[in-house]
Parts: sequence; structure tokens; C-alpha cells
Amino acid sequence: MVIYLDNNATTCIDPDVLAAMMPYLSDFYGNPSSMHSFGGQVGVAVQDARRQVAQLLGAEDTEIIFNSCGSEGNNTAIHAALAAQPDKRHIVTTAVEHPAILNVCKHLEKKGYTVTYLSVNEQGELDLMELEAAMTGGTALVSTMYANNETGVIFPVEQVGAIAKYYGATFHVDAVQAVGKVPIDLKSSTIDLLTLSGHKLHAPKGIGALYVRRGFRFRPFLLGGHQERGRRAGTQNVPGIVALGKAAELAQQYLQSVDTEEDHRNTLENQLLATIPDCAVNGGGAPRLPNTTNIGFKYIEGEAILYMLNREGICASSGSACTSGSLDPSHVLMSMGLPYTILHGSIRFSLSRFTTAADIQQVLAVMPDIVNRLRDMSPFSNDQAGWLQERDLVRAG
Amino acid sequence: MWDYSEKVLELFYNPLNQGAIADLNEPDVSVVYGEVGSIACGDALRLHLKIQVSADTVLDARFQTFGCTSAIASSSALTEIVKGKTLDEALNLSNQDIAEYLGGLPEAKMHCSVMGQEALEAAIYKYRGIAIADHADDDGTLLCTCYGISEPKVRRIITENQLTTVEQVTNYIKAGGGCGSCLAGIEDLLLEAQSPETVAVAVAQQNNLSQSSNHSAPFATANPSTSTLASPPLTTIEKIMQIQQVIDDEVRPVLMADGGDVTLYDVQGDRVLVKLQGACGSCSSSTDTLKYAIEAQLQRRVLSTLVVEAIAH
Ligand code: FES
Repeated sequence: MVIYLDNNATTCIDPDVLAAMMPYLSDFYGNPSSMHSFGGQVGVAVQDARRQVAQLLGAEDTEIIFNSCGSEGNNTAIHAALAAQPDKRHIVTTAVEHPAILNVCKHLEKKGYTVTYLSVNEQGELDLMELEAAMTGGTALVSTMYANNETGVIFPVEQVGAIAKYYGATFHVDAVQAVGKVPIDLKSSTIDLLTLSGHKLHAPKGIGALYVRRGFRFRPFLLGGHQERGRRAGTQNVPGIVALGKAAELAQQYLQSVDTEEDHRNTLENQLLATIPDCAVNGGGAPRLPNTTNIGFKYIEGEAILYMLNREGICASSGSACTSGSLDPSHVLMSMGLPYTILHGSIRFSLSRFTTAADIQQVLAVMPDIVNRLRDMSPFSNDQAGWLQERDLVRAG
Repeated sequence: MWDYSEKVLELFYNPLNQGAIADLNEPDVSVVYGEVGSIACGDALRLHLKIQVSADTVLDARFQTFGCTSAIASSSALTEIVKGKTLDEALNLSNQDIAEYLGGLPEAKMHCSVMGQEALEAAIYKYRGIAIADHADDDGTLLCTCYGISEPKVRRIITENQLTTVEQVTNYIKAGGGCGSCLAGIEDLLLEAQSPETVAVAVAQQNNLSQSSNHSAPFATANPSTSTLASPPLTTIEKIMQIQQVIDDEVRPVLMADGGDVTLYDVQGDRVLVKLQGACGSCSSSTDTLKYAIEAQLQRRVLSTLVVEAIAH
């Protein structure tokens, strides 16, 4: 049995979501754009799904554009925002965004845009004063995540949005990690554009959506047919759309129910901290998603922990360099300026509504031994020789 | 997950020879350890050797490792390989021997085997009273400031392992895996290694230059257009334009990837004044690192006598 605690990477498909989408993979294969009733009934299912997604976000149906994934949503949002104000050539984002934002910004810098990457503090929090100082009349776009994928730290999006609006900038939020985990009400929000992705909320991979506030001067990114009211060309992924709609409906129900997911997360976190010395929750002092905990275990390395966990049938994820093929630890943890003693040994456990108390107990049962075994091997755990330098113990910068 | 061999996983889950060796002051026995890496680099190995003095032989070897699965397995493999060897035989072991013992390593993890070979060397040098700094082979101009790796060392690893791409060099010794400002330098060394005539020219030029200046610019052959060796002296305006271009094209993108930034403030003679921003400006040690990383790149790409100073903002 696999204990799956890597839900920020992707989630399982909810059985009800699977059941909802199946007919659209078999019997109802019509094209929603067709003029005959066989396609028409599929078109109705698409509209239902659009309503379900809109309801989850407190948006109007016409404000939802279905697309393929979070990366597409983010790319589209940035390009749409810049197209809306072509005379402005400054973008503000943060140093801890997903590559689907950072790499687009880097690309745009080569095209002559300037980009300000806001830093975060040791808790992973933004400094609104720094944001305000970065804003100019030439700022076209402020793009921040709703919640960080690695630490779960939630940004104060409405305050960010208020500043963006004051300076006349478009405000985009990458909410891929937040949708379905925290309530979002776009009606009363400063957000112009918002990205979400199906596979993070128990729909399959390959389906996402972009919220575009009514009245926003939107220029399509993908040109072609008139699908999605001309805002995103390409034959619609009907099974995916139906799945996303159902997933949104279930997420909304779940958000209103008693939150065991957060209880499980807290049990896991508190018990690990209580039983294992020299560990800390990265971003633990900031508001966080209820399903995420990112814990740094001092003196040992993340990939080694993951392999030990994997042998126990437990899936988690690590911010260490060794898991990624790059040599630097996660850009998020680096930006937080964590000490090197903790940076390489950070493990993210991300839960879902399918996580059980037994799953958590199993992790709690094996973790102390795993950490002990690796610390036993590590020359830094009992650093009699004074190998650790002062710089390892302070901010990595 | 990485494609690890069974041997790697076996030695990771059940490591042999883990721990330190207590020095019991036995006659004819000497206990010594060598260490490489650091917690900042993400892996470190302290290799303990028990040496029979009269036979100049390794009686026992044990390891303490901070690192990933393959770092732990490589360390354990090394301790098995080295037992019973004379010190001279041990010094002849290469990282390839460690990798082979493990049934191969993913290329991105080859640096784990290099770390083992280096710790072995460090321990034996220490035992023989040779300071590591005296290890003339790897001494020389620092090429990768992020990981403190010299140009001769990169050259040696390229030759020993017959590397042909920058990614391989990074996989083997990490050079280039940080800010990336040494990547062009590594590329030049790879080119140099591939062409025998280029090697001769580069070596001759480097020797000439190091006699006349403290700042060597060894990458002349691969990129003469931006080299100080092949070009006539730069006018002030050319110099500023070239500095600006290197900063924009080669330095800023990598800093930005990590949440930092740099802008050119002024050029006064050979003094290049820059403003470090974002994550780069926030702590004193990273400011130093970045200053030197930028300086090395500008010295390589524009003028070997340039000195970068970060100004307060
Ligand atoms: S990666 Fe080599 S100098 Fe930064």
C-alpha cells in the first residue's frame, strides 16, 4: 500500500470525478462546437462544468476559460496582461514563483521588459513595502502566487492586489496550489486573472482554467477557432472539462465540511517536531495551506530521506538539490535564506482529503528511525571536529 | 527516482563500514581521516583510514557521509575497495573505479564518486604530511567560484573521464552548477581538450600571461572577439559597452533565476561599480560570492584587470 503525501505535486482522481468524466470518453464523444444535437448535449456538459468552476471561485461563468494546465494559464495571463497595456514594460513578481512564471519573466527580460522579483523573509512572507517601492506608473503586471507549492505559505493577495490597482497594474494570481484548499471569492476581489489546474484538485492532468475578470481587455494567447468565446482556440478537452467541473463541485463541498486534512497535517507536524530533535517547519510562522508541511531535518540530506521513506511505501518530496538534477537547493527555500544546515534536508509532506490517520501514524512510526540512521552517518550530526562553518548556521542568502 | 543500480541501493540501505575509527594508539598503526565537501555544497565525506605503517597499507576504512543515496553508497563502496591496498595503490584509484564497483552511477551523480576519490587522496596526503594546497596538479586560477574549483582541476577531470559537455563537467565535479558564470570558461576548456593544437596555443598564452600579470585570462583561444589577448586595447566606450553586454546577457539571467539582480552603476578605469539587488544584496556572504562571480566573468569576457565593487544602495 502506498502512502501518498505528495499531493502538491499531483493528486489522485476522485472516484466521483472519474465516474463523471467516463461517459465523455466513451458514449458522448461529440464536439461541443458542432451544430447537431449529439455535439450539443456535450456542449451542455461543458457549460455545466464552467458553472461549477465559477461557483468554486465566486466568479461568473463567462469569466472562466478552460485550457490545458497551470503553465498555460500562467503564460496566457502574463501575455494577456502585457497586451492589455502595451506601453507599460515593467512586471513585478516574486522570487519564489513556479517556473511557469519565472521562466516567462526571464524570457520577457530578453525582449526588453524589466522585471522586479520581490524577495521573501525567513518565513517565506512578502514585504508589502518592498512591493510598493517596486511599483511605478510603468508597471503593467503584478503576478504573485496565492500559496507557495513548497512551503504552503499563503501570500496576502488582496493587499498585494490593492497596491497593484493603486498603480494601475493588472493583478494576476497563480492559484494552482490554493484552489480547492482555501475558500476563494473573486467577486469581492482585486484579482484580474487567476490560474488553476485540475490535477491539483483531484481531476486528471491536462485540464486547467484561467479566470479573466469581466471587462478585462483580454487578448487570446492561442489563436485559431472560436472555442471558449474566441479566447482560447482548440477543440475542448470535454472529459477533462467535465472532470474539472465535478472536482470543483466536490472541492466546494469539502471546503464547507469539517477539516480533517488540517488536523492530520498538524498531528504529523507536531509529532515529528516533538519526537525528532533539530528539525523545524519551513514557513511555519506564516499563514499556510492546511495540507502542506515542509520540515527541515538538520545535518542530513533530502534525497536520502526520500529513498528511505520510499522503501516504507511513503511518497513525499524534497527541496534538496539532489532530487532535481540541479545542484542548488530549491529556489524557494534559498530565497527564504534558511541556513545550510537545514536547506538540503527539507522534506515536503502534502496531504489531501484522502489522507487517513493511519497514513500519518505510519509516517510517524518510521521517520525518527530514518532520521537517526542518516544522522548516524552524517559527519555534521556530532560535529566534534568543528567542520560546520558559521556561514552554515546563519542565512544562506 | 534515479535509475540506481541494485548495488547502489544495497549499499545505501545497508551501508558497510559506516562510522569513525577510534585511534587506540596501537603500535605500527596510524589512524587518519580526510574530508571533502561541505554542508553548503550539499554533500560531504569524512573518510577514516587505519594504516599499517610498516606495510604502508590500509588495514581498515570507514566513512561518515552527508549526502544523497549515491553519495552514501559511493562512500561505502570506497571503504570496501580501499581495504588491503597499499597507499600508492590507493592513490591510483580513480572515481571511475568507485562508479564501476557500484555497477555505474547516473551521470548526474558522478560527482559522488569524485568526492570519494578526493577524500581518499585527502586522507593519504594528510597521513604523508603533504598539505592539500601543495597538490600542484589542481592548484591554479579559480574557475568556478561557487564551488571553489580551479581550472586545472576541471581540465584534469575532463581528461580523466573524457568529458565532452558542460553538463558532464557539472555532473562530475559540480563546477557550473551554481550561478553559471563559469559555464563559458568550462566550455573553453572542453574545446581546448578536444583540439591538441589549441591546447598548445592556450598553454603557451597562459604561461606568457601569468608571467606578466596576476590576473590570467586563459580562455583566449575559444573566443578571441571578447578576449584581452587577441584584441587591441579597448576604448573606454567599448569597455563599458562590453561590460554592460556581459552583465545583461550572461550575469543577470542567472542571478535572476535565484531571485537576485545586478545593475551596472559606473566604470572608473578598471573599477566596475555594480548594485546588487534582491536576494543578491541581502546578505554579506552572498554579496561577496556574487561580487567575485561577476568579477571572474567580466575578467574572462572583457578585460582581465577589471575589479568589481558592489556599492551600497
Ligand atoms: S557556478 Fe561556477 S562560478 Fe558559479
